Amino acid sequence: MSDTDALVARGIGKSFAAAKGSPEVLALDEVSIEVGTGAISALVGPDGAGKTTLLRLAAGLMVADAGTMIVLGIDPARDPQAVQDRISYMPQRFGLYDDLSVQENLDLYADLHGVSREARRTRYTRLMEMTDLGRFTARPAGKLSGGMKQKLGLACTLVRSPELLLLDEPTVGVDPLSRRELWDIVEQLVREENLSVLVSTSYMDEAARCARVTILHEGRVLAAGTPESIRGTAAGLCFAVTPPAGQAARHVQAALLDDCGIVDAVPRGGRVRVVCTKEATARDDSLPAPLAGKDAAAVEPSLEDGVMLALRAKVHRDFATAAAVGTSTARPPKGDGKVIEVTDLVRRFGDFTAVDRTSFSVDRGEIFGLLGPNGAGKTTTFRMLCGLLPASSGSLRVAGYDLRRARARARQEIGYVSQKFALYGNLSVDENLTFFGGAYGLHGARLRDRMASVKAQFDLDAAARTPAGQLPGGFRQRLAMAAALLHEPEILFLDEPTSGADPLARREFWRRITALAEGGTTAVVTTHFMEEAEYCDRVVIQDEGKVLALGTPADIRRQAGERPQAQLDMEQAFIAIVQQHRKAERGSGQAAA
Amino acid sequence: MNAAGPDRRGAFLRRLAALVRKEVKQLLRDRSNLMMGIALPVVLILIFGYGLSFDVKNAPLAVVMEDTSPAANDLVAGMRLSPYLDPRPVHDMPQAERLMLDREVNGILRIPPDFSRRLTLGDAHLQLILHGADANTARTVQGYVQSALQAAGTREDSIGSVRLEQRLWFNEANTSTWFLVPGLVVLITTLVGAFLTALVMAREWERGTLEALFVTPVRPVEILLAKIIPYFGVGLIGLAMCLLAARFLFRVPIEGSLLLILLVSVFYLFVALGIGLLISAVTKNQFTASQVALIVSFMPALMLSGFIYDLRNMPLVVQGVGRALPATYFLQTLKSLFLAGNLWPMVLKNCAILLGYAVVLLAAARAKTRKRVG
Repeated sequence: MSDTDALVARGIGKSFAAAKGSPEVLALDEVSIEVGTGAISALVGPDGAGKTTLLRLAAGLMVADAGTMIVLGIDPARDPQAVQDRISYMPQRFGLYDDLSVQENLDLYADLHGVSREARRTRYTRLMEMTDLGRFTARPAGKLSGGMKQKLGLACTLVRSPELLLLDEPTVGVDPLSRRELWDIVEQLVREENLSVLVSTSYMDEAARCARVTILHEGRVLAAGTPESIRGTAAGLCFAVTPPAGQAARHVQAALLDDCGIVDAVPRGGRVRVVCTKEATARDDSLPAPLAGKDAAAVEPSLEDGVMLALRAKVHRDFATAAAVGTSTARPPKGDGKVIEVTDLVRRFGDFTAVDRTSFSVDRGEIFGLLGPNGAGKTTTFRMLCGLLPASSGSLRVAGYDLRRARARARQEIGYVSQKFALYGNLSVDENLTFFGGAYGLHGARLRDRMASVKAQFDLDAAARTPAGQLPGGFRQRLAMAAALLHEPEILFLDEPTSGADPLARREFWRRITALAEGGTTAVVTTHFMEEAEYCDRVVIQDEGKVLALGTPADIRRQAGERPQAQLDMEQAFIAIVQQHRKAERGSGQAAA
Repeated sequence: MNAAGPDRRGAFLRRLAALVRKEVKQLLRDRSNLMMGIALPVVLILIFGYGLSFDVKNAPLAVVMEDTSPAANDLVAGMRLSPYLDPRPVHDMPQAERLMLDREVNGILRIPPDFSRRLTLGDAHLQLILHGADANTARTVQGYVQSALQAAGTREDSIGSVRLEQRLWFNEANTSTWFLVPGLVVLITTLVGAFLTALVMAREWERGTLEALFVTPVRPVEILLAKIIPYFGVGLIGLAMCLLAARFLFRVPIEGSLLLILLVSVFYLFVALGIGLLISAVTKNQFTASQVALIVSFMPALMLSGFIYDLRNMPLVVQGVGRALPATYFLQTLKSLFLAGNLWPMVLKNCAILLGYAVVLLAAARAKTRKRVG
């Protein structure tokens, strides 16, 4: 190993005993990584890729089945305490004590690390300045917002300067503004204290800020190197396609994604970002075959483009089957107009206002997005729309029914896919569908027809007898959607459907939703991935219970101050809008004072 | 190495103090902990002291007067004097049976037509029918009736009648609170030591707070000690409440030494803490930990320690289970210290057994609490 590496892992293997009877799950297989001293390295991958397992192995909290791991010159399997004395680790659910105040949490970790009184004074001042928690030192940690909790968690691991900092998805579910602030803190410490950091993330933009990136997929290393080297693999393959006037980017994107000459296509900034296969781009100068006749221009590759290239080389996925969903549910729309109308919606929990005077409407056949960080009020809004939570005040019409009066009838017209898997794990696919069909009042031939139809739509026929609990993640989501569509609802509600999913599964999901919307079903989706707003016809951005912006993705970007010469992505637009809003709040606050 | 000694101890004490401070603050701020640590023992004391009693007083008894002679009337009058019986004369058996079926009475005493005639011959017979649904009450009523008859019989100068004098040692008045209170001490110590401790420790596993704590210089033994110290304190508070209630509320005599009672309780508290910490280290989940703690510590302490049911009346297998329970030894010791006095051989033997359990369980909890996740 070289002297400049804080952590070196070679050929790490780790498997877990899964449920009784089923084979062991290989969490890590032949994984090798290095973490350079004085730099940030990233582990990138979806849920279940093996990121947390690798970090726990490095922290001496688990022992590998194979391979060698050296952390700061020590084998963490042999002498975990020696490693734990010198590193800091922030687990995904950071263990803050909710009953203890911000100060008490910090003091606990300072005491455990043996930080002296004098050292503490200067360190605390600095941490408070960086995290902006100085005003809240007496507040119990349980009463902090999601972003502030993460910052306090980070501060607790930084009560002293560790020789290696391990961060497990420190920004998951955190709003883009707090996310940026957390990264600024870490980067500042790397510069000033020569901190070595290994961070896991599912965000590509975060990985792009690191010195070294290891992409994990299903326990294996998909790609590793500097962000530049991974990005470089897609050089010359990337294009931006401008959709013809009057056509939404997602329609063009959907068609391109089905093409076998195309590795990846995503809507970005009103255009479609495309990565072509090497075969398709082999011809010089002219556009690749799949883009012929389109308004396309070559663009610089991004890290995500490089990752998608590596991913598609390993994993075969046919997006065209996902598109089949639309044609089979096609039915005559029950007239145009608004299927959801929300006016001055308010929901209070005690003295806390989770949703504050929110108004918007959704048209038939629209894909409507609710965007915002954890705690923004999107889940509360969502639950009220589904009739799961009564509103404190305001009016709510869903599918033509007033939710205050005809909640049961409105429910007949909606399908709901919750964030957690809400089907019965020990019932088979068929049994689950029969049960949910019965719950919606379907029986006999009608139920059989509908079951056959949704199974065909969601490609579930092969798994009909498999217990739902044993299905892989992507299958489960398809089953959940199939169950929610059995009674042919007008509106499908999906709560955080792409959270923790891998990039391919996310694209496949949006491909299905696009197809469904073409068939006339309205889809309302919550997400904390800002770039997914581009798949929506219109979105509402919420923060702290208030609507900050409402409109098409292009409207939102314009509202955020986008100009033709300075394009914004949705994330930048979100940050700009939140900052505008906070500045306005402060302005009015000062005016009042 | 020598220089590192005091240094290392300093670091150990500093970390332990920090963890204990944290634990005490959490204990005081979380209302559910306080409810279970302080309020529940108070409720148990009141329920067991006032609500629950195995005494039978004024037990209603139907008396079928088929013989109306003065001798039979004397007999009923004698029973009426007893504070434990409430005789209700009826005319015939069917009426008595109706009362019995409606559970208006606990039993039927039938005085046959030839009662007085045969009494003079020294060969009188009475029929006593008891409602057996509640066997404990039935037996108690049987005893009361017998002693009432005995009392009546002694007044007659009947030849050959035997005087039977019953005495209950160690609990002259047969007041059930007297033997309920030692049981209460066992229950409350188990509740705080095993149940509450298992819950708060499992909560740390479940919420992931331990995962963050593990990757610091803290040692597992410090984490365990930081749980033991405050909950030992809570256990002592519960114990003190029980002893005060025993002395001043229920007036239970304390025949043995108070110091010995405290000593054996401390030993048992360590056993209970060991059970709680071991359960949480194995289950790592609040719900499972609370269920397991209930099933392996609280319920057996209630049912199988000899608190409610005498172990010797149980099937051999169940007796074996009872004898394996630390609570059994604690209860046995407490009962004799409260009601009989310092029976040294038994106290010493049981203390040694409890100490053995404490050492084994705490060592097992230490072995199971490793800085490992997943």
